[in-house]
Amino acid sequence: MVDIDLSLVNWSRAQFALTAMYHWIFVPLTLGLSFLCAMFESIYVRTGNEKWKAITRFWMTLFGINFAIGVATGIILEFEFGTNWSNYSWMVGDIFGAPLAVEGIFAFFLEATFFAVMFFGWNRVSKGFHLFSTWMVAIGSNLSALWILVANAWMQYPTGMAFNPETARFEMENFWAVLFSPVAMSKFTHATSSGFVLASLFVVTVSSWYLLKGRHLEMAKKSIIVASVFGLLASVYVAFTGDEAAFEDAQHQPMKLAAYEGLYKGEKNAGLVALGMINSDKKPGDAQSPFLFEIKVPGLLSLLANRESGSFVPGIDDLVYGNKEQKVMGVAEKMKIGQQAVADLAAFKQARKDKNDAVASAALTRFTANKEYLGYGYLSTPEEAVPPVSTSFYSFHIMVMLGTLFPVMFIAYLFFTVKGNIAEQRWLLPLGVLSFFLGHVAGQMGWVVAEVGRQPWAIQGLMPVKVATTNIAVGHVQATFFMFLGVFTLLLIAEIKIMLKQISIGPEGM
Amino acid sequence: MAGPFTSVYTFYRNGFKTMTVGRTLWKIILIKLLVMFAVFKLFFFPNYLKTNFQTDEQRADHVLEQLSRPAVPNH
Repeated sequence: MVDIDLSLVNWSRAQFALTAMYHWIFVPLTLGLSFLCAMFESIYVRTGNEKWKAITRFWMTLFGINFAIGVATGIILEFEFGTNWSNYSWMVGDIFGAPLAVEGIFAFFLEATFFAVMFFGWNRVSKGFHLFSTWMVAIGSNLSALWILVANAWMQYPTGMAFNPETARFEMENFWAVLFSPVAMSKFTHATSSGFVLASLFVVTVSSWYLLKGRHLEMAKKSIIVASVFGLLASVYVAFTGDEAAFEDAQHQPMKLAAYEGLYKGEKNAGLVALGMINSDKKPGDAQSPFLFEIKVPGLLSLLANRESGSFVPGIDDLVYGNKEQKVMGVAEKMKIGQQAVADLAAFKQARKDKNDAVASAALTRFTANKEYLGYGYLSTPEEAVPPVSTSFYSFHIMVMLGTLFPVMFIAYLFFTVKGNIAEQRWLLPLGVLSFFLGHVAGQMGWVVAEVGRQPWAIQGLMPVKVATTNIAVGHVQATFFMFLGVFTLLLIAEIKIMLKQISIGPEGM
Repeated sequence: MAGPFTSVYTFYRNGFKTMTVGRTLWKIILIKLLVMFAVFKLFFFPNYLKTNFQTDEQRADHVLEQLSRPAVPNH
């Protein structure tokens, strides 16, 4: 690989992270609020009560604002693929092309068609068709999310493909293996259900504000009931799908799991760190304690990671340096195989250029035998395979703590609203007002776990981020980083202003 | 009796005409798309491989060149 400036790699990473995080401010609210609107409208159609229509139209307006501001924020990420990540986008084009094409053709058109009926069709189409359209928008939005999450899942667990050394591309061999990979399914269910939780928190936040101000009380209470039930069910589902995601990490990305658990020395019957403070001086292979303090639940990590009580969970040191007893191959050993694969690729390339078929064939045979560890051939040291441990650990634990808080909050809201005295719970309502922001923190932390935890890999085990990066001027990346920061911040301010204006107006006639 | 295309056209036309909040949102959408495609894409985000190489064979060669060099120490 070309001798690439690491500051360029890091600025390219930072730019992608910035734009992805801004994108994720808008997307999960769309995913969840679309379903909440469908539920509100279903109640309206079922009961014929015009107050539910007013409630539906209110939340739908806020949904529309978020959708409009957020639409096309994802396009920027595609621009970045072509400019900042050209090696990567060339190699994965065949894999990403299919899911993103399906997203565009199927999901987006479904969404866009029924979106117009949802907004323009009140009093113009039948109640039944309007309700059907609202549900189609919700399903279409979530189906859009499926395809991009399938693409991301493939980066974490590349499957269903073969590398073609003639074209330097991964070629899809099995579309269904890519679509239904266990990592893709768990990522899709976990990410979308986190959106359902976030949207429920949004409804609770706005409704709590109304209750504190003594405005639109009936609408607030009705909205809280629906959102709390949806949010509670989604929270439980998030926990189950999160467990599945961690299990998949243990099977396919054990270094990621070790990082977010702060586990350096692998062990049988490994405990789960519920709370802790990482020793930031700790390095792989040294004798320092990984934690300044920790509170562990004995044996739970082995059970959750492997679904087998007492099983061995490899730590960072086992994965970097190897553990013969537990049959864990170390990074150093993988690097030797990977370096051979890189050399064989170079030999193949030269032999093809020289039109020497015999040498090319021999090189290809050797490459094929070693290609599983190709990515390790680009690492400079074994320790390079370790992602940032503090960032992984804290983001994971913040996400889980908040994820534990939310269902408790939904239960409290449901209890007091059904009891009829939610407006008097002045200790709970301010927490409700804060909860939407906390939901965003949890969601963003989840993506930090996923993407920082997979470092140094762009494609797990096959391509490090530094190989994926285009060797362009770092000044270019810095300039566009700050341009995006400016533009997206303006969009966010616009969204907040327009939303607050609509919230201050409130629902019609209530 | 209006045909289906006329009905759809009228539906959209009346929908856009009666927008309130939607007018502001559409302005934002159009400005955003203009900035993204006419400014960002055009001036700041050329497709590196399409711009610097003419054929897929050249692009593949370039990427293969990147992939076939051994690791160098980080700096």
